Amino acid sequence: MSRTLQRHGSHIVLSGMMLIALFPLILMWLTAFKSTGELATNPFGLPAQWQFSNFSEAWIQGSFGVYVRSSVIVVVPVVLLAGILSTLAGYAFGSFRFRGREALFLIMLIGIMVPAEGIIVPLYYVMDGFGLLNTYWALILPQVALSTSFGAFWMRQFFADVPDDLSDAAAVDGAGPLRTLWSVLLPLARPALGTLALLIFMWTWNEFLLALVLVQDEAVRTVPVGLSFFQGQYSAQVPLLAAAATIVSLPVLVLYALLHRKFIAGLAAGSVKA
Amino acid sequence: MAASDTDVERRREAPSRRRTTRDRRSSGPGGVGRRWLPYGLLAVPLAVYATFVLYPLATTVRLSFYEWDGLTTPTFNGLTNYLDLVRDDTFIGALVHNGAFLIFYTVVPVALALLLTVLLTQEGTVRGLGVYRVGLFVPQVMPMVVVGVVWRWMYSPVDGAINELLGLVGVDPIPFLGDASTALPAVGLVASWVQYGFAMVLFMAGVQSIDRTLYDAASVDGAGQWAKFRYVTLPGLRGPIVVATTVSMIAALRVFDLVFVMTRGGPARRTTVVAFEIYQRAFQLREVGGAAAAATVLVVLILVLSRFVLRFQEEDA
Repeated sequence: MSRTLQRHGSHIVLSGMMLIALFPLILMWLTAFKSTGELATNPFGLPAQWQFSNFSEAWIQGSFGVYVRSSVIVVVPVVLLAGILSTLAGYAFGSFRFRGREALFLIMLIGIMVPAEGIIVPLYYVMDGFGLLNTYWALILPQVALSTSFGAFWMRQFFADVPDDLSDAAAVDGAGPLRTLWSVLLPLARPALGTLALLIFMWTWNEFLLALVLVQDEAVRTVPVGLSFFQGQYSAQVPLLAAAATIVSLPVLVLYALLHRKFIAGLAAGSVKA
Repeated sequence: MAASDTDVERRREAPSRRRTTRDRRSSGPGGVGRRWLPYGLLAVPLAVYATFVLYPLATTVRLSFYEWDGLTTPTFNGLTNYLDLVRDDTFIGALVHNGAFLIFYTVVPVALALLLTVLLTQEGTVRGLGVYRVGLFVPQVMPMVVVGVVWRWMYSPVDGAINELLGLVGVDPIPFLGDASTALPAVGLVASWVQYGFAMVLFMAGVQSIDRTLYDAASVDGAGQWAKFRYVTLPGLRGPIVVATTVSMIAALRVFDLVFVMTRGGPARRTTVVAFEIYQRAFQLREVGGAAAAATVLVVLILVLSRFVLRFQEEDA
């Protein structure tokens, strides 16, 4: 009897905790479909009439169409480039023994712990020197560098755990190290690379400080910075703000809904970053 | 956790076999060319990393010893920037606020998650955890800017959900973020909200991997609930607790997005943090040297704490 009670109790407590985690977000989604007038009279209920106009207004007048485009232009190359560089570095660190390996790896690890706050001040002047301020490259290059630091750490783990027999067999068949990487190891690395790509996607999509400082031009602005400026302008129009916030979080949430296992496993294992 | 344990064992079993393959690999046919291969693989990743992380990091430290407005020639001024920081009430205030964030980011979520995990797993493991895991983890993947925007509205005295709820029981609207006495805890609780699900997911998973026979043995020895918690659960959760604590500590030290979006450090700088001071000094006040000194302090704090975790994790293995 007490056991069943406790079991039910556990589920009640867990549901309560989950509700607290989701309540503000659910409220945001519901509000995004209300009119400003309705919000005042019906703050918590379902919208009487679902207003899709908030989204089109945020997308066009609020320029979120432009910001989403900028974010995509930044995120796609970051995930691709950081994925490639992480694989190369991880392969070197995980599968080869060479002079200076430990030292170089430790140097790479610094980048996992150093936050963007620690490099942002000189980075502004570095980008200025390269003439890259207000370009997508100002956001892509540092993000690739920071992500590769984590990615090298992540992929090294994968390559170090691959049984040597596999690459030995490939070597016996006459495959060189690059050929072995391409046709034997990379197919096996797909799950590890997939999780890495998801994490890098999320970090880049959500990134705020670099985008705030290195880009002033509205045409190059990414979604999180766009939302923070939008908030300053439209704080009285809550449904519009909620629609904009929903647009900003939608891509990450859709991926999370589809691939939550990978997200949770990756964040739990790679959490020194974050 | 379980997977990494077996990995460690596998690595322990076969060190000699590994070494022989490696030697063969580097001294076999074509060995001279292959000796350079790892350096070739690392060349581009290291070059990008050095240019956009290491060089700026070193420059941060170097600039912290200069006075510079970002335009004219920097002039060396030794430790002046650091001494100015120590004497600057706003910066000291920022450090204190980061300390408060340590409590909201780390102590509150870890303690809460630990308490819930123990309550929930007293009678063995809970079934059907999957859904809760997915739900509890959602704030972790949300952009911090969105979190800040949503919670700023939740706290709003005009139409915020919290004041609407308080209004139902007859409480007058409270300007949580506008009042100097409530602003910091209000922002801090948002950090706790983001972080507790993460700690819970780690701990619930950790409890699953504790050997159940340890609890049975403890019962046989006449251990009560507290003794079981103290001598079985707590040691069993050491790894997840260390990870959750460090991750949250680093997040608390570098917090920026949340403060920028919710309060801009106000009212009257009562919620400013080190990261916000860096931004403010470098890009609003053009005190680049002072900003670099603040950034150096932040990086040192974070590196010291990260070392602390890594040591614990090594001990675990």
